[in-house]
Amino acid sequence: MVDFGGWEMPVQYSGILEEHRAVRTGVGVFDVSHMGEIEIGGPQAAALVDYVTTNAVAKLKIGQTRYSALLYAHGGCVDDILVHKVAEDNFFLCVNASNQEKDFEHIRAANRFDAQVEFAGPRFAQIAIQGPRAQATLQKLTATKLGAIHYYCFVDGEVRGAAARIARTGYTGEDGFEIYIAPREAERIWGEVMAAGAEFGVKPCGLGARNTLRLEAGMALYGHEIDASISPLEAGLDWIVKLDKGEFIGREALLKQKQAGLRRKLAGFEMRGRGIAREGYEVWLDGAPAGWVTSGSPSPTLNRNIGFCYLPAADAQPGRSIQVMVRNQPVDAVTVETPFYKRAK
Amino acid sequence: MYPENYRYTKEHEWVLVEGDAGTIGITDHAQDALGDIVYVDLPKAGARIEQGKSLGSVESVKAVSDIYSPVSGEVAEVNHALADAPEILNSDPHGAGWLVKIRLSAPADLEGLMSAAEYESYIGAEK
Repeated sequence: MVDFGGWEMPVQYSGILEEHRAVRTGVGVFDVSHMGEIEIGGPQAAALVDYVTTNAVAKLKIGQTRYSALLYAHGGCVDDILVHKVAEDNFFLCVNASNQEKDFEHIRAANRFDAQVEFAGPRFAQIAIQGPRAQATLQKLTATKLGAIHYYCFVDGEVRGAAARIARTGYTGEDGFEIYIAPREAERIWGEVMAAGAEFGVKPCGLGARNTLRLEAGMALYGHEIDASISPLEAGLDWIVKLDKGEFIGREALLKQKQAGLRRKLAGFEMRGRGIAREGYEVWLDGAPAGWVTSGSPSPTLNRNIGFCYLPAADAQPGRSIQVMVRNQPVDAVTVETPFYKRAK
Repeated sequence: MYPENYRYTKEHEWVLVEGDAGTIGITDHAQDALGDIVYVDLPKAGARIEQGKSLGSVESVKAVSDIYSPVSGEVAEVNHALADAPEILNSDPHGAGWLVKIRLSAPADLEGLMSAAEYESYIGAEK
């Protein structure tokens, strides 16, 4: 068990490789109750959410979810989040565990609207059911027609009698669901999910597999690819930044950054020489230090050693030869397209 | 579980000494804590290694860990099988997963190491 933002969580149950494989080929289950929830309600809820996040809220339909970011005025990331539109006057935000108090304060301080901001973390446990057999597993436990929930959509239903917000979202690059339930129901529902998935070889999965899965899928992790000093444009998250949607916190800074040209950009890479890149290792270009590794790991699916790093923007395109300093030894690597892994549709 | 004739370090390495020859590996406790091992970095034959200093590293999916040598000496043989099959370290850490064989330069090094019983109570207390 490791301490993760005050939560005692297992890095692994049966082993990272086995858990990773279960999610890619069958089904894996994660207790992600540490994730935070913030509810925003009231007549101007949409206006507040639009003002504090980068993605467009106006076009969001009820029952839809969007990946988005909270920014500081200087353009750095407060957090990356999921915005669920529950009703015209009700938005449900899923945020990173270690950022939840900071996020809550940030949104509250920006609330010059007729809206209420509620810290809802203690009211929700969250279980992620991920993998090609996730739907078959969860469908046994609910009358809600899961096939009718599109990717990045959600419905309020029930799972074995427990009220559940069922979202077709995830952090693994596979199909799957994230369900939000009352904490008092969590242990029972966890057991039900494990029993329902038994015929598909379900595995309980820890933080270790969660990291290798999201890395292969090219998904950012706060504190690694993004943080207060990094803008979403630098992190390659342009697609969640809608500069033309109107005013939002950080917009001016991003416009300036875009005008001046980005100094650095996130790049995916693959090791060519022997060695595994790890967070914080230096990246060299043409014999001089030029960047740093934000995440690195063996990729269990691809059987290669992969990672993300920051490089000068001009050098961040795929196909650039780089060296990663692995314990003071330069090891050859090359930048590549991301995501590293894409599931067959 | 922990062979009686091995000696153990607080950093979870073991050494088996026969005459002036020593075989070095990591303990079952270490492989279990590391998880799936995917890469092993070892010295070359002929390299001099020193007690308590890093002789190489093992990497699991999650992290990299130094291997600290239990004894001083010169590397005589390296377990090359681990380059292609590092998972042997998980499945047989006290046997086929040995790391290096060395010629001991200071047999007195053994005096500071733990017996199997001492190591078992050490990891029991650590938990």
